[in-house]
Amino acid sequence: MTRIGVVVFPGSNCEYDALGAMSLLGADAEFVWHSATDLDGFDGVILPGGFAHGDYLRPGALARFSPVMEAVASYARDGGAVLGICNGFQVLTEAGLLPGALQKNRGLTFLCQPTTLVVGSTTSVLTRGAVRGQELVIPINHFSGAYTCDDETWSSLVDNDQIVLRYKENPNGSRDDIAGVSNVEGNVVGLMPHPERAMSTLLGSADGRVLLEGFVRAPVGAR
Amino acid sequence: MDYPIIVDVTLREGIADPEGATIERALPALGFRGVTHVRAGKSFRMNIDAENESAALATASALAERLLSNPVIESATARSDEKG
Repeated sequence: MTRIGVVVFPGSNCEYDALGAMSLLGADAEFVWHSATDLDGFDGVILPGGFAHGDYLRPGALARFSPVMEAVASYARDGGAVLGICNGFQVLTEAGLLPGALQKNRGLTFLCQPTTLVVGSTTSVLTRGAVRGQELVIPINHFSGAYTCDDETWSSLVDNDQIVLRYKENPNGSRDDIAGVSNVEGNVVGLMPHPERAMSTLLGSADGRVLLEGFVRAPVGAR
Repeated sequence: MDYPIIVDVTLREGIADPEGATIERALPALGFRGVTHVRAGKSFRMNIDAENESAALATASALAERLLSNPVIESATARSDEKG
């Protein structure tokens, strides 16, 4: 059975959603407290949404210094599958494990709504089960979700096919409508939308399954 | 000796500043005319125990780079707090 670690920072609040989604997909998921220093034995690691360390200073700025982030960095270096959702994405950019940064939304409002996403790269551990151009309805729930990077970084994202998801209609001012990116290798992925909240048509959408099923299937060092 | 230091963090040139833009748009309604190029930022004040002022400023710059700012979108400058 695939074993997934869900990292819990003080202030995380989507860890149960992530754990529930993993269980629904047949994975053996468990919480990992932010003071943990090793992630051996996990087939994948999720950094869930929330407000790690209160989002003080900047979202993710203090969480990147949690002890577990050293372990996440070395896990990622070894090719392990790492997924950052919402605040988890912000933590991964602050930690330098993903390029760019997340800024305050263009309209300066907190956005909580379903969005239509368009799948870009399908070589990442999150989008490997999807088809390029496929549309997925997945909710967003953030204040600082505008993806930002310089021209050079944007060019390399395009050249290396690292843009995994784009908004069909840009809700927050993200550069190039970017909703999610991966690292060059494709084993570290971050996205602002919440696929773990789109697991059942009864609750609005089951499109998150397309993404998370791919993540659960991705073995360590898949690429 | 303790040196009083202020670190200013602002968004880099070319990075969109929705907060500054919103403030700028609100000013005419309050009767303030001719105010342009408003940029929002953060300011941190601290005491740093160091040999001299330049050493204190060097420490402030280092911690500003490492923690107080995100160099991807922000720049930081350290200065002495003249008011102590």
